[in-house]
Amino acid sequence: MTIVNTETIPGKAVVAVKGLVQGNTVRAKNIGRDIAAGFKNMVGGELRGYTELLTESRREAIARMIAQAEALGANAVVNVRFSTSAITSGASEMMAYGTAVVVE
Amino acid sequence: MDGETASLAVTLALYVGIPAGILFIGWLAGHLSETKHERSLAAREDALKDIEATDMRNPPGFAGAQGPCVLVSGEAVVASDAFKSWVFGLKNIVGGESKTFTRLFERARREALLRMKERAVELGCDAICNVRFDCADIGGNAAGSKKKGSNMAVALVSGTAWRRPVA
Repeated sequence: MTIVNTETIPGKAVVAVKGLVQGNTVRAKNIGRDIAAGFKNMVGGELRGYTELLTESRREAIARMIAQAEALGANAVVNVRFSTSAITSGASEMMAYGTAVVVE
Repeated sequence: MDGETASLAVTLALYVGIPAGILFIGWLAGHLSETKHERSLAAREDALKDIEATDMRNPPGFAGAQGPCVLVSGEAVVASDAFKSWVFGLKNIVGGESKTFTRLFERARREALLRMKERAVELGCDAICNVRFDCADIGGNAAGSKKKGSNMAVALVSGTAWRRPVA
């Protein structure tokens, strides 16, 4: 499965468009991580727990998007975009969407 | 010293000393971690300067890309410190640019971009096109939320990693 955020894939021709696919996830870190982040907000520095949260969310959203694309019989997803929304402090929604296509 | 003066001194120590101490520790730790981070950013950016990142969708040579194209991304969340948050609170009253927070967000973006470039290198690519920046609200400061959240800079970036054809 080729996943790109460009409209074309070099050297491959899009032969069929299978439609819009998307995957989303809302994730939070455990309260221990939130408390640690609260302390970190006093002294500054990277909030590794929250960076991890975003990386995991991104991976999960992409995996769900790929599952949808596979269900449609596509072998690539092009023009992938990410979108996030606020839920509450310490949690985030990550959404990935793109166009499922068949390429040769 | 009579009892009243003593209790006044204790009250002053509690209401002025503790916040001032927190601000000082915040300033010191925040300043040290900020300069250390910026030094590390500069060194890594220099090492990765040959990785061509662009937000063009179809940069020159893209049609002749060697090998696979892969979606890569980078994330960074950098916390403010007690001192920066306090300074921003003051700035918010008088208005104008907050240089401290501008610097904080710049650090987060540079870090996210570097992480994305590092992933591209791991995959054997030497260019990234269609770079997109995104933001997220983890601190809980979204417009309209009633509760005061914590201050942090969140940077998200994604792009398509590819390999430039040999000239």
